[in-house]
Amino acid sequence: MSEHNYTPKSKVGQWFNDRLPLLTLANHLTDYPTPKNLNYWWTFGGILTFCLITQIVTGLTLAMHYIAHADMAFESVEHIMRDVNYGWLIRYIHANGASMFFLAVYIHIFRSLFYGSYKSPREIIWILGIIIYLLMMAAAFMGYVLPWGQMSFWGATVITNLFSAIPLVGEGIVTWLWGGYSVDNPTLTRFFTLHYLIPFLILGLVVLHIWALHVPGNNNPIGIDIKKPSKDTVPFHPYIVIKDGFALLMFMIVFAFFVFYSPNILGHADNYIEANPMVTPAHIVPEWYLLPFYAILRSVPDKLLGVVAMLSAILILAVLPWLDTSKIRSAVFRPLYRQFYWILVADVLILGYVGAMPAEGLYLLIARVATAYYFLHFLVILPVLGFKEKTIPIPLSITEPVLGGNPNLAMVKQKESKIE
Amino acid sequence: MSEKKTKRRDFLFTATTAVGAVGAAAVVWPMIDQMNPDASVKALASTEVDISSVTPGNTITVLWRGKPVFIRRRTQEEINEARSVKMEDLIHPEKDEDRAKNPEWLVMLGVCTHLGCVPLNDKGDYNGWFCPCHGSHYDTSGRIRKGPAPWNMEIPKYEFVNANTIKIG
Repeated sequence: MSEHNYTPKSKVGQWFNDRLPLLTLANHLTDYPTPKNLNYWWTFGGILTFCLITQIVTGLTLAMHYIAHADMAFESVEHIMRDVNYGWLIRYIHANGASMFFLAVYIHIFRSLFYGSYKSPREIIWILGIIIYLLMMAAAFMGYVLPWGQMSFWGATVITNLFSAIPLVGEGIVTWLWGGYSVDNPTLTRFFTLHYLIPFLILGLVVLHIWALHVPGNNNPIGIDIKKPSKDTVPFHPYIVIKDGFALLMFMIVFAFFVFYSPNILGHADNYIEANPMVTPAHIVPEWYLLPFYAILRSVPDKLLGVVAMLSAILILAVLPWLDTSKIRSAVFRPLYRQFYWILVADVLILGYVGAMPAEGLYLLIARVATAYYFLHFLVILPVLGFKEKTIPIPLSITEPVLGGNPNLAMVKQKESKIE
Repeated sequence: MSEKKTKRRDFLFTATTAVGAVGAAAVVWPMIDQMNPDASVKALASTEVDISSVTPGNTITVLWRGKPVFIRRRTQEEINEARSVKMEDLIHPEKDEDRAKNPEWLVMLGVCTHLGCVPLNDKGDYNGWFCPCHGSHYDTSGRIRKGPAPWNMEIPKYEFVNANTIKIG
């Protein structure tokens, strides 16, 4: 890595850099060699960073006006919406920002699944990502409780009650989580505290995620190892910065559409009714991004096993690098995996749909089949596929297929130098 | 270096780690326990309810410890139905006699034992309660008969202070 020998041009810069090598870091980040064939699916890392910063900034400003008390929380949110200057804008950005964050993270995760970015040597990046995803779900759930509407209250009740499924200590844990005998003011104040804390934990993990990424470098659409820096790479700045920036602009158009034209479409109308511990809404549904897991929970008729299935559905992702036995990363060269990949995408979308429907009749049947398939994909199909699948030969470099497809790297090199 | 010195150092390492662990645990426990119900929450442990206005076949719902409590004045028909059920038909076998000491009055937490929703009165396949969240059916004794809930609805500690007043908790 040549950039570690970096010396600032100015005397002051050298003086500073000898004492704190921030300029070396900045130089590493700008010169960072990136595969030249990265497509737009690779821009969601930058988009997610934007989402996190947006949530932190809007969250901080909302916290200046919000009151975390069971008697005042609902009113303070209405106060933000009606009285606070641009309060409506900041709250709608924050509420829709959570949805945008999950939209981006799902694309980011499924990109990784398609191109095999979770495989060796990138397992730690992947696991850090799964931890970030879990924290995101915790933060989103607790954030949804803060407005203290009916969905807030009953969502909090149902989700915290999941812990009561644990044998022996379950009830004690639930009481401890609540700080009382039901979801009430102590629950609200601690959820507010944790909701405030988690984004900063995520920020720290994002730094580790990027750090771990910069050790092996980016995966790429053809999923091969490349030499860095080489003909196969471009410096991060300006090439990737511009590409990420353009994708971010496109993403912000979608974001702005929701904020300005349908700010409540992703929420639930019942959350504009203040929390009432005496009446449960007729139909409790979580936010859209949690629906597939909710469908898995409800598809199992036993309380404890339902909770176990739901948690396993998330945690199974953490061991994915070892469940997928194929050495070929990119689905581009795996004709069978490519088909199973799209079936999995459809399966998760179906789970999301039935998660929003009542758990009865045909919906329940579909949910059960889709749940079974979800686990089948990870526990049976992926391990077997690695041994059975006949893959397409991979190129030796990104440049090779363009220059005529000679499988011998030395020949390719020679050819390249001749062209020059 | 002699053998003896190495062993002495090992002992010091182990002892230091052990004392450190005990100290850390002693500091961590208050941090964990502060999240348990506090004194003011516990102080709200009991509530008295006037039941003189409840007519047979009706239910009132009162809040106790932040949770709804159903107080139902059952009709003779409902009592007969609850008491004629065979134990082997129940998911969580409990005699109605044990659940309602005074057969006319059923006092129980209005909280579904599945995931904590409030079941609806006079609904479901067993003329008792029905939970709209995930479809649990309860009978006229509040016992689970069908659906994902694992247990009968809980009977809190309560007593009749006089003919018209129940003290819950």
